[in-house]
Amino acid sequence: MTDAPVKLEVVGLRTLSPMQRRLLSVLTHAALLAVSVLMLYPLLWMLAASFRPENEIFTSASIWPSEWSLDSYVRGWNGLRTSFGTFFTNSFIVSILSVCGNVLACSMAAFAFARLNFKFKNFWFAMMLMTLMLPYQVTLIPQYVLFRQLGWVNTFLPLVVPKFLAADGFFIFLMVQFFRGLPKELDEAAQMDGCSPWRIYWKIIMPLSMPVLATAAIFTFIWTWDDFFGPLIYLSEMKTYTVMLGLRTFTDSTGESDYGGLFAMSVASIVPIFLFFLFFQRLLIEGIATTGMKR
Amino acid sequence: MTARSLESGAPARERAASPSLWARIWQNDAPGYLFLLPWLIGFFGLTIGPIITSLYLSFTDFDLLTSPDWVGADNYIRMFTNDPKFWASMRVTMVFVIFSVPLKLAFALAVAMLLNRGMRGLPLYRALFYLPSLLGASVAIAILWRQIFARDGLVNDFLSIFGIVGPSWISSPQYSLWTLIILAVWQFGSPMIIFLAGLRQIPQDMYEAASLDGAGKWRQFVKITLPLLTPVVFFNAIIQTIEAFKSFTPAFIISGGTGNPINSTLFYTLYLYQEAFGFFRMGYASALAWVLLALVGVFTAFSFLTSKYWVHYDD
Repeated sequence: MTDAPVKLEVVGLRTLSPMQRRLLSVLTHAALLAVSVLMLYPLLWMLAASFRPENEIFTSASIWPSEWSLDSYVRGWNGLRTSFGTFFTNSFIVSILSVCGNVLACSMAAFAFARLNFKFKNFWFAMMLMTLMLPYQVTLIPQYVLFRQLGWVNTFLPLVVPKFLAADGFFIFLMVQFFRGLPKELDEAAQMDGCSPWRIYWKIIMPLSMPVLATAAIFTFIWTWDDFFGPLIYLSEMKTYTVMLGLRTFTDSTGESDYGGLFAMSVASIVPIFLFFLFFQRLLIEGIATTGMKR
Repeated sequence: MTARSLESGAPARERAASPSLWARIWQNDAPGYLFLLPWLIGFFGLTIGPIITSLYLSFTDFDLLTSPDWVGADNYIRMFTNDPKFWASMRVTMVFVIFSVPLKLAFALAVAMLLNRGMRGLPLYRALFYLPSLLGASVAIAILWRQIFARDGLVNDFLSIFGIVGPSWISSPQYSLWTLIILAVWQFGSPMIIFLAGLRQIPQDMYEAASLDGAGKWRQFVKITLPLLTPVVFFNAIIQTIEAFKSFTPAFIISGGTGNPINSTLFYTLYLYQEAFGFFRMGYASALAWVLLALVGVFTAFSFLTSKYWVHYDD
């Protein structure tokens, strides 16, 4: 993305004097800064609250704690029967398996749609697009019945197996768009040399598609990490809880008395997402800009 | 001779044709289907199968333990004639969709236009505004929101500077839904990024030509920006509306799973969850799901059908 600050004069500001232009720019910055502060204040406040001594949390609306303490983190980490260490481990397992499943299964389907020809391809593609619009509630109950009969309740399987079956059509769509942009001559040349479709997929398309695979991997990780509904339905034993379920239980049991611990664990729960944001911001934003993601 | 050659020719041709037919299918179609196999299994096993089952279940009484009892259209009849909670949840969801989506999009567009003036520091602002979108769906943010709008929360702290004593927003039926609408609008970042990408596609010489012709800022906005941006507006509106219909976590966390006070945050999805996994009325919940599907379907179809009257496409 080009962010060159050169368009200023093109957008019809030419009629303004330099003084007015400067004023306008300052006002715009002021407005944007005000909105930023307003938007981010709650986040900063929660961050600060998590480091405050317990008695100070509600006495001040200011950002800066009078003294920094890690007590809330220690208390929160062991605030429930099972420690948050277990919840974090569970969340990581589910998220990483989901990433593997989505990247593999969605790229395979996308490869078929973008680079191979077969009967009824357009029909299946249309079906895939339809599933994008489908509210998950319609499949929820039969899926639950199915997974229960398979004995998968209280395991991670209901959360992970659908990812290996490319259930998230959105990522297929994302990858199809990218694969279509790769030069067709690559496949043709490889085919001439006797390359099987599998080798074309694995040796040519996948290595060239790292940006889109990374985008899909990161969004899958974040969405799975954040997911509350799936774990809420399928996981009822505390040792299988993900971080989000742990937080919810925290609010129900001790949350009313231990706000410090609750805030500390809330902050901890968004740290992985924040790290992705920090390091892969460009990839995330480009992913949204080019494909229009919901979040 | 002729007869003989016909006799022997036909099977020979068949023999020749059938391997090549199979070979052709194997060559042409099999790789595609092999690559599609995981998706196909998922499509039939986790989408089509469940959709049909769910339709069937919506005409039954089903408690998960005993087998489903066929009750005809009873679930639907009860829903529309004798279930105040259904109407309450419908109203809550509609108010949420009708206010949160346009507000979010208006905000996203306004900020995108501010950012699109070739500002210095655009990547920084863009990232800052996007952060809430990324974090917003998390349980942690819902917990934070519950705190901000509590009686002794951040909002009332702020209001007390001006001597205003605010209510407990979360536990008052008039305001609780609005705290959730504000939470949704707060996450305007991703539609904003899509708007920004759309704004960059608009040729700048159009504005130059317009301003030479003496068109003011507002006229330029109404006559150039908005029409050329309608495909993006359309896209954002569809995505955000479907997302709004499906919203669940914030209402669940903020109301502790109840939808209270007085059902004022009883989102449709939350009611469905309660029926299915609180009371194990799986048949009734399936019927609720089908009404939601119909609602989203009608909305989407309506948008696409009317889109040709207001969405501007090149060529």
